Amino acid sequence: MSNNINLRKGLNVPLAGAAVRTVRKTILPDVVAIRPSDFRNLTPKLLVKEGDKVLAGSPVLADKMSQNILFTSPVSGTVSGVVRGDKRKLLAVLIKTDEVQEYVDFGIRKVDELDAEAVKEALLSSGLWTALVQRPYGIVANPELRPRAIYVSAFNTAPLAADNEFVLADEFDNIQTAVLALAKLTDGGVHVSFNAEIKSRFEALKGITAHHFSGKHPAGNVGVQINNIRPICKGETVWTVSMQMLAAIGKLFNCGRYDVSRKVAITGPMALETAYVKTVPGMPMSAIQGFYGNDAEEIRFISGDALSGANVGAEGYLRFQDNQVTLLREGNEYEAFGWANPLRFKQFSSSHTYFHWLLKLLCPKKEYALDTNLHGGERAFVVSDVYGKVLPMSIFPVYLVKACLAGDIDKMEKFGIYEVLEEDLALCEYVCPSKIDIQAIIAKGIDTMIKEMA
Amino acid sequence: MNVRNFIDRIKPTFEKGGKLGFLHSTFDAFETFMFVPNTVTRKGSHIRDCVDIKRVMIIMVLALVPAFLFGIWNTGYQHSVAYQMNWNFWQMVWYGVLKIVPLYLVTYIVGLGIEFISAQLRGHEVNEGYLVTGFILPLIVPVDVPLWMLAVATAFAVIFAKEVFGGTGMNIWNPALIARAFLFFSYPSKMSGDLVWIGGLSRGNEAWATTGGALVDGFSGATPLASASLEGLSSQGYSALNMFLGNIPGSVGETSVIAILIGAFILIFTGVASWKIMVSSVAGGLLIGWLGQIGGATDLPCWYQLIMGGFLFGSVFMATDPVTAAQTEAGKWIYGFLIGALAVIVRLFNPGYAEGMMLAILLMNTFAPLIDHCVIECSLKAKARKFKKIA
Repeated sequence: MSNNINLRKGLNVPLAGAAVRTVRKTILPDVVAIRPSDFRNLTPKLLVKEGDKVLAGSPVLADKMSQNILFTSPVSGTVSGVVRGDKRKLLAVLIKTDEVQEYVDFGIRKVDELDAEAVKEALLSSGLWTALVQRPYGIVANPELRPRAIYVSAFNTAPLAADNEFVLADEFDNIQTAVLALAKLTDGGVHVSFNAEIKSRFEALKGITAHHFSGKHPAGNVGVQINNIRPICKGETVWTVSMQMLAAIGKLFNCGRYDVSRKVAITGPMALETAYVKTVPGMPMSAIQGFYGNDAEEIRFISGDALSGANVGAEGYLRFQDNQVTLLREGNEYEAFGWANPLRFKQFSSSHTYFHWLLKLLCPKKEYALDTNLHGGERAFVVSDVYGKVLPMSIFPVYLVKACLAGDIDKMEKFGIYEVLEEDLALCEYVCPSKIDIQAIIAKGIDTMIKEMA
Repeated sequence: MNVRNFIDRIKPTFEKGGKLGFLHSTFDAFETFMFVPNTVTRKGSHIRDCVDIKRVMIIMVLALVPAFLFGIWNTGYQHSVAYQMNWNFWQMVWYGVLKIVPLYLVTYIVGLGIEFISAQLRGHEVNEGYLVTGFILPLIVPVDVPLWMLAVATAFAVIFAKEVFGGTGMNIWNPALIARAFLFFSYPSKMSGDLVWIGGLSRGNEAWATTGGALVDGFSGATPLASASLEGLSSQGYSALNMFLGNIPGSVGETSVIAILIGAFILIFTGVASWKIMVSSVAGGLLIGWLGQIGGATDLPCWYQLIMGGFLFGSVFMATDPVTAAQTEAGKWIYGFLIGALAVIVRLFNPGYAEGMMLAILLMNTFAPLIDHCVIECSLKAKARKFKKIA
């Protein structure tokens, strides 16, 4: 079954600073961090103590709720610190890396010969199980469940996102292995969505159900794709996994290693040089020092893309799932009569209340060095039809947000809380003239659902 | 940046704990009017579109400006014709300015005053919504409405149609129409009849300027709606062209179809107001107008309904108020259609009350949440059916 789904709604924000397709350097950071906050709703159990020696693939944390889910170290080294916050909440485990990397040997295995239990066991013990994201709610997949299907997006439409065709150019075999392995965990098959406008090398993968999408961002979001392929109904569970994690899963079976190293795109208007680096998740932002100037306090460090990434700060770390760092300028300055300025060409608006549409006609390639200013004050919902225009999903965003604000479970359920993660509504938040923090509200709604439905 | 420095210097005085801390919202309103604040995104999307509610509202006001300007001229023109003054263009404009600026002063002083006070009491930022409400209100009342009545109506609308619900974005009914409805039912003699639509007429047989003549013999001052038949219109001397251009008596801003269409173009192009509501409202009006014509309720061609009275002004500027209109896209079609249809039904079948637009919109404002509810239910059911088939 191969079908074309054309999504007319959406928006590509013309942010400046796309990464050039070269790997500038390989970074093995001095210290990497493993952070429980990279996973939603995780109550971590610490398995190591300061001074312990770990290999790449050694367990560091476990999920207190189901202790066979392990979080393993991406590098070999020594546990150099355990960072705790209020009420001794575990914030990060820091690992000082060895100069020579050693890996736990999980053994090379032929996927054809494994059954579902064996695949599950391999993923759980290596820590790669945590790459599987379960919807509803975007939590680490529950090993007890058999999902309706597994969904993968083969392309990325977020602003300045890493180009999968480039970063995964050598990974075809590994991804093929991973697809065959994961197919054993579900009866619904592995669904991979491709960009209909670009020919992908991964269309040659065997054992997948291919879908083709065309359209602007968020057409590349797996949540949007699932909604258009077959929405998640109450009681159903699906899993999603990123292409880059598929490559890591493939390496586990093909090489017997936990190797989550990846090419990370350094992007954004504040990056002096926009290119790729090869590194591991948990990399501190200071490791990419050469890519930004000396004005770190004026830069926002985002692990992920500018719409839905996390503001990690100059002291922060690359998140487990991310393969992009976006550097933006903090826009903490005043702008005289900005709202009355007819042109305002340094900012960008998708709304026709400005003339950026004209600029786009005249020079379609124009990019904007956008900053983090909110561009207005927060207000109640006033305008009703801007949100639907950037959300190609059959849900009612404003109603969903209001239901989340009210904490009304029945309504959240009805309006589609099972189908969305924050990233899917990131554009709604971007265009919102009332400057409402939609993603935070959705996150709160999801937390309420997890608590109430448990 | 001198102004900025000055503001930064006096800012602490107005902050919590400062000497004038109780004026925080007022200070904030003026500061954010002059400067887009330096707030940065905290969570969620790190970059934001530079459109904000101030921008949306200023576009709304901009779209109303043609009707406003035409209203000023027409006020002077109507007065000049009624009293045989033979004024030139600027005299007409001057008269219009003198009549209409006080209306604006009253609505803005009273309305914004209440907005500022209530924002202050709640510790909120001042909402921009009233800038539009206050701009629309003088355009939908007869020019001779006594100022104190307008003040009372404005206060009533802002307090009871808006602030009690929580301010802009929370209200159920369009506040400007609530103000007009309040005037209409409280002081009907000043809101309807033949004598209120032309400046000075309600004060009798006396021109504003002493140099002018007296009232034309047999002058009625009625709007086309008061005599809505082909014969009636021609006896009043109103042609379709007059009604299209707008040089006829009526509420200040509602008369000129051309000015309203310019506004409609601005609103539709910028996406500030929904074209679906405008189109469906016009369709509803045309359909009932046509049925009325073939059914014998009126001899006017259906498109006359669009150019008479406040139909088009209501469809373009008031039915489309995003807060009080239907929110779902399918709902907008239904909502708009019913407004147009109801407005013309009232016109055709209720001779006592010639203009149905105001109450049609208020009624549909009331029902908009119900329409949305039905639309959402239907769409969820359709989605469930569609995917049951796939599964």
